Amino acid sequence: MAHHKQLAAVVGMGQTHHRAKREDVSMAGMCREAIDRALADADMSMADIDAVVVGKAPDLFEGVMMPELFLAESLGAAGKPLIRVHTAGSVGGSTAIVASTLVSSGVHERVLTVAFEKQSESNAMWALSVPVPFTMPVHAGAGGYFAPHVRSYIRKAEAPNHIGAIVAAKDRTNALKNPYAHLREAKTVDDVLASQMLWDPIRYDETCPSSDGACALVIGSEDVAKASPNPAWIHGTAMRSEATSAAERNQVNPQAQRDAVAYLYRQAGITSPIDDIDVAEVYVPFSWFEPMWVEALGFAEELNGWRLTEAGETNIGGKIPVNPSGGVMSSNPIGASGMLRFGEAALQVRGAAGEHQIDGAKRALGHAYGGGSQFFALWVVGSQKPTS
Amino acid sequence: MATLQSPVRVAFDYTRSTGPVVGRFFAGLRDGVVVAGRTSDGAIVVPPPEFDPVTLEPTTDFVEVADVGTVTSWTWVPEPVEGQPLDRPFAFALVTLDGATAPLLHALDVASPDEVSTGMRVRIRWAAERTGAITDIACFEPAPESEPAEVTLAPAGAVDPVTGIVVPVELDYVYAASESESAFFRGLAEGKLIGQRCPSCGKVYIPPRNACPSDGSPTQEEIELSETGTVTTFCIVNVPFLGQKIAPPYVSAYILLDGADIALLHLILDIPAEEVRMGMRVKAVWKPREEWGTSVENISHFAPTDEPDADFDTYQHHL
Repeated sequence: MAHHKQLAAVVGMGQTHHRAKREDVSMAGMCREAIDRALADADMSMADIDAVVVGKAPDLFEGVMMPELFLAESLGAAGKPLIRVHTAGSVGGSTAIVASTLVSSGVHERVLTVAFEKQSESNAMWALSVPVPFTMPVHAGAGGYFAPHVRSYIRKAEAPNHIGAIVAAKDRTNALKNPYAHLREAKTVDDVLASQMLWDPIRYDETCPSSDGACALVIGSEDVAKASPNPAWIHGTAMRSEATSAAERNQVNPQAQRDAVAYLYRQAGITSPIDDIDVAEVYVPFSWFEPMWVEALGFAEELNGWRLTEAGETNIGGKIPVNPSGGVMSSNPIGASGMLRFGEAALQVRGAAGEHQIDGAKRALGHAYGGGSQFFALWVVGSQKPTS
Repeated sequence: MATLQSPVRVAFDYTRSTGPVVGRFFAGLRDGVVVAGRTSDGAIVVPPPEFDPVTLEPTTDFVEVADVGTVTSWTWVPEPVEGQPLDRPFAFALVTLDGATAPLLHALDVASPDEVSTGMRVRIRWAAERTGAITDIACFEPAPESEPAEVTLAPAGAVDPVTGIVVPVELDYVYAASESESAFFRGLAEGKLIGQRCPSCGKVYIPPRNACPSDGSPTQEEIELSETGTVTTFCIVNVPFLGQKIAPPYVSAYILLDGADIALLHLILDIPAEEVRMGMRVKAVWKPREEWGTSVENISHFAPTDEPDADFDTYQHHL
């Protein structure tokens, strides 16, 4: 396959302090907090930006149809191309990829991308459970959707009951090192196991919070990145989707994700993921998705992801730290959650992750998924220019 | 035969955090004052923009403008719909208030389009009760006696700001089932479970989908399926939430009907939730026939049969 891509790099990253309710700012004001921090990080102003790409999850979450219309001016997009991306929960990742593509295609030099969710303005559980006529009203939000598939994983992998609790305790404890995280509380495995069972087999503490927040990135061309002291070079990107309701669809290890990972690693020249990648920010909204997705990402053999988690290898200091920022389990402004994974990966290879920095991280993976495990978006970023 | 349809109403009282700029505007309305923003290019804009259109900095210069102004453009609304400012025919008008340089869009209460003209003078009719929302302006009304006047722009002082409003949103639409879904739902009204087989891959789908989700082939061949099946996987819903139709705790399960290649989501009862198992064999329990409609809800729930559990190998490729 012939590639004539231009190099692209993340040169700025900004995020809000994620909270249950940001009643002090509007949607526009919240996006601007992230944007202004990303521009400051990139040492740019809005005037330097060529195009704006915005992402958020389903419109029913805030009850605003096409929020990009009223946000355009506040986002600084007037007079510039403005694109909105929408791939449900993975949208933050897909949005960053669309922005990077505008640079790698040679169309633009400097692209600003922002993703957000203001969950406090609505009720996502309600919005995901609106009854459909003639059908059985057994839906129960995202937890109700994913819990049966978590059960399938536990059965297929014969995983011990406490693995989800290990992940939750790790991510919540990691979040203590992240000043932007929403939930910042030390948790033990026993704390998590003692929390209420919400959607059996998923407990309260094994579930992500509902957050208000935004994340923004500035992506620049090779020329632009020259001016940056620490660009995060984009080594590969991949997006794949699949049917939600095909017969015999594998919901534990979806085909679209396996295809996306294979394509991503081919671009980035990754042959042994656990050795070639130093840190991963993976979309884990329910803690059990860590063992599931580390298998899909090739960090563990199929049905053995839980062993990696149980052995502590996904901890900070482990073979492949997963979500040192605290991840989605600690902050979940849905639309922004994927971009936070992509942005945190960039921070790691820029040496700018602060207290949750993985020493010497050279290559990092950002991952997001959405819908009923239907949409997948991933990238690999590195401290060095890609060689392949 | 026509496809089945059903009305749907989606409604929610969304909350909006206004932020400091729109919040200042709403606080003014609550106090019977129109607050504009002065932008970096000297424009006086109502409502004030959150961020300056040129510098993109937050708007911080607030001034008070008059509650009378001039119509700069308008359109007639002969048949108002629910939720509009007036329940009788009215005009939507762009009104530049004295002191402002840009117009505000609102309703103008006149009896006929003959009574509206560009350049006419109008005045705010304030709502009887003001709460700090755009609806504090009930509408505009003609003010033939008023002359355009120079307004001394008084700085709008600090007041207790409005931080949030509630915005009820309603969406009414008609849900239309597809042809094959309609056949499935009508089958249920006769106590039958009707799926479709894909002519290419041979997989049997229930509910049928008109086309195979895997290969896109149109599906026509109907297959009547058994009302017994196997629980592939499930969750126990313990959490209550807004709009919930079944009181928790309940078991929401994927049930692979015998002969089908995709599981159906339904409810498991007649067994304690903690005893439900993957692989458990179940059978449909129908509601009394007189309660049937064209709905999956004709099946009250699925209940365990006395068969032994299905072997994991028989259903693990459905997980």
